[in-house]
Amino acid sequence: MEIVIIILAGILIGAAVYLMLSKSLIRIIIGTAIMSHGVHLMLLTMGRLKRGSIPVLDEEVSNYSDPLPQALILTAIVIAFALTAYTLVLALRSYRELDTDNVEEMKGVPHDD
Amino acid sequence: MTLIHLAIILPVLAAIVVRIIYRYYRRLHLGWFVLLVPLAIFIYLLTFIPRVGDGQVVYETMHFMPRIGMNFDVYIDGLGLLFALLISGIGALVVLYSIGYLSREEHLGNFYVYLLIFMTAMLGVVLNDNVIMLYLFWEMTSISSFLLIAFWHTREPSLYGAQKSMLITMFGGFMMLGGFLLLQNITGTASIRGMLESVALIQESPLTPFVIVLVLLGAFTKSAQFPFYIWLPDAMEAPTPVSAYLHSATMVKAGIYLVARLTPLFAFSETWVWIILLGGLITMTWASFNAISKDDLKAVLAFSTVSQLGLIMSLLGLGALSVLTGANEAHFSVAVVAAVFHLINHATFKGALFMLTGIVDHEAGTRSLKKLGGLLTVMPISFTLTVITALSMAGLPPFNGFLSKELFLEAMIDIREADFASLASVSFIFPLLAIVGSIFTFVYSVLLIYGVFFGKRTYDTPKEPHEAPALMLISPIILSVLVVLFGFFPNILSGTIIDPAAMSIMASDTPLGTHLYMWHGFNNPALWATVAIVIIGALLFYFKDKWMFIYDYHKERFTLNHLYDQGLIYSRLGSRKLTDGYMTGFLRSYLVYIFLFFVIMGAVTFMNTGFNMDYGSLAPVGIQEIAMVVIILASLVVILATRSRLVSIIMLGAIGFAVSLFFVFFRAADLALTQLAIETVTTALFLVCFYHLPKRSKHPERMRFKTTNFIVAAGVGIMAILIGLTAYSNRLFDPISQFHIDNVYELAAGGNMVNVILVDFRGFDTLFETLVFGIAGVGIYSLMRLRLNRKGKQDETHIEEN
Repeated sequence: MEIVIIILAGILIGAAVYLMLSKSLIRIIIGTAIMSHGVHLMLLTMGRLKRGSIPVLDEEVSNYSDPLPQALILTAIVIAFALTAYTLVLALRSYRELDTDNVEEMKGVPHDD
Repeated sequence: MTLIHLAIILPVLAAIVVRIIYRYYRRLHLGWFVLLVPLAIFIYLLTFIPRVGDGQVVYETMHFMPRIGMNFDVYIDGLGLLFALLISGIGALVVLYSIGYLSREEHLGNFYVYLLIFMTAMLGVVLNDNVIMLYLFWEMTSISSFLLIAFWHTREPSLYGAQKSMLITMFGGFMMLGGFLLLQNITGTASIRGMLESVALIQESPLTPFVIVLVLLGAFTKSAQFPFYIWLPDAMEAPTPVSAYLHSATMVKAGIYLVARLTPLFAFSETWVWIILLGGLITMTWASFNAISKDDLKAVLAFSTVSQLGLIMSLLGLGALSVLTGANEAHFSVAVVAAVFHLINHATFKGALFMLTGIVDHEAGTRSLKKLGGLLTVMPISFTLTVITALSMAGLPPFNGFLSKELFLEAMIDIREADFASLASVSFIFPLLAIVGSIFTFVYSVLLIYGVFFGKRTYDTPKEPHEAPALMLISPIILSVLVVLFGFFPNILSGTIIDPAAMSIMASDTPLGTHLYMWHGFNNPALWATVAIVIIGALLFYFKDKWMFIYDYHKERFTLNHLYDQGLIYSRLGSRKLTDGYMTGFLRSYLVYIFLFFVIMGAVTFMNTGFNMDYGSLAPVGIQEIAMVVIILASLVVILATRSRLVSIIMLGAIGFAVSLFFVFFRAADLALTQLAIETVTTALFLVCFYHLPKRSKHPERMRFKTTNFIVAAGVGIMAILIGLTAYSNRLFDPISQFHIDNVYELAAGGNMVNVILVDFRGFDTLFETLVFGIAGVGIYSLMRLRLNRKGKQDETHIEEN
């Protein structure tokens, strides 16, 4: 299972990079959001998967899955959300001010294709 | 801190006082106060002559930065004392001269402060035993020289000359520092005397050739040797007292000093000897040849200085030869004596000549030889002084230049008798170059006298010329008297100053007992060489108009100046091209650099460390998880392919919910909850913005870009997978989570481990994460509400930028 998730996370990251390299601001933001998903999955996998029950104290259970990566990911999710929200509004505002969402046009150079 | 240390830094201390005086008291010319400083130092230094003449040395140390071996070690021997006397003595005369030369309308405060800084720097260079400290003072001379050349900083040529001299001498200075540090590495000490004791280490070290080249680069740039002489003619934009002081008598001799000082260390090396000997001779001949074609008096003198410095340098090379060959010591010790003697002579006559040029410039308003002429009857005193000093420069009896030129020619002719094989076939070239150089020297010296004082009186000078005031004439008179005095009675110098200096250059303890005399007898070849020089020189001068055309072939394009200028222009252009090449201004380019770097570094690391995978136990794969994987991949494909922004947003939501399902499968309940909530809000946010978002979510891109993007993205993805796989399979130790699991209730009184970790074990993370959230909220609010720029105003600024 872990190998599958690692490969999936790698594909997510690769696709995110492809999106971030494009001209459209929206696609760049979507790219960052996808990259955070990939990273979160990768983090979780590093703590091993499905090795015990939910990390909530229970008298009958002796084997829990690793709680530490989960805490880290929880923090990361919130921060990634704050970032996505902020960049989205930033993109919106710049689109209104500059009348374009093409990052190459933002430099002042008309795109030539 | 002793009196000697104080004497060295006295000028800098005085500079502060002088500035204050200048601020509050202007009735008396500032130069009178400044004059006291070099005079006091000169008189103080005179008291050392008897001790140094007896072969003693003075050594005083003062800790400055002992950890890096940088101490203010003052060391006075014959060589250092000679230079220090020249610096303070001529310094005093130059200050006296400048009182007459500079009017009170000039920025006198600046001028004397720069000059005093220079004086300290120069004294520090020559009275120093510590190479690192020497470098400090060396750069101080470069900086103060830069300030003095650009004294009239509203003139374009002054700034050009200052920048040029700065670039060239600083380049040399840095090279020299490199040489010094290598030297310190080899010998383990920064003290020159300490290095002398470990010459054997220097001889064995494979680094020595580098040291020699680096140190000589410093000396050659400072002393304006070929091919670095180009800064000196442009430094003539400085006020004339500065040219007389810095660019003829003292600073340009710093390189000579360095070579003389380090001769005992490096004389064993053939590289050292040949570079100095040949470099000096080429400089001498080339510069004296070029001096003739110049129209500006100061330019003639600048080239003449370069030429004379080359002469001294070549003599030092010859002196080093005596150590290299071992035999013929007596032959070549003459060369060292000649070098030291000519050093003194050059300082006297060149200083005087510059001052006289300044007088002509001051009184006639021009320095152009075309406009000057026939001033013999108008300026009789200046004429007499010019004749004395210029003939001394040409090397005619009975002046001191004759004596040192004779010694020079003698040494150069004697070189043929040196018995070493590599030289035998080409040895005639040395006396030949020396004689040719001397002929040109004779021609321009006569030209100088003739051009200014003889010929028809031209009446197109900007000012009506008349004799200079007495104040300006005192210094050149003193120097000219010295020229004559040293000419007739050279032995007042030989025992007291020249011999100790020559002995410290050769690092020998045996007294030389030099006895200089004017008449060497008829069978001396140097005498006949002088006769030949005078005859050929006179003929060349007489038929000057017939052969001056050869200078026309020396086109601007082939000069070193042109090379320097073009080099400056092209290095500027080149760096701009380079920067423009990779700083495209496009976000995509920079992202490509970053990701490519990541991929390449990762690949290199993998290649070097190898790839090791070991999977003992993996979790089983469930069918529902495979379904989620398929959903995520499908959504990804849709996002990549679609042009519709709505589809992209929905597919992004689909990925997020699939991930939250993964969290459910992997026993992470809190994560699943958060992810669900956050994904919902994110999607909602996108949809709120939906109306304002651009219609298309994708812009058409060129195929070439797409391919690059794909390759980069694939590389990053593969690298991430590889790193993940290796990191997962190479666990070095157990996780620390067991502590949290064991103590979650005992220590924190909670059952939900993730939550306890978030708010108790690692509460600080949560605190600042909350802060991030808050900042994002405030940021979003202000982005939406704040409107500082009106639309129209913004357009205006855009137009201005373009």
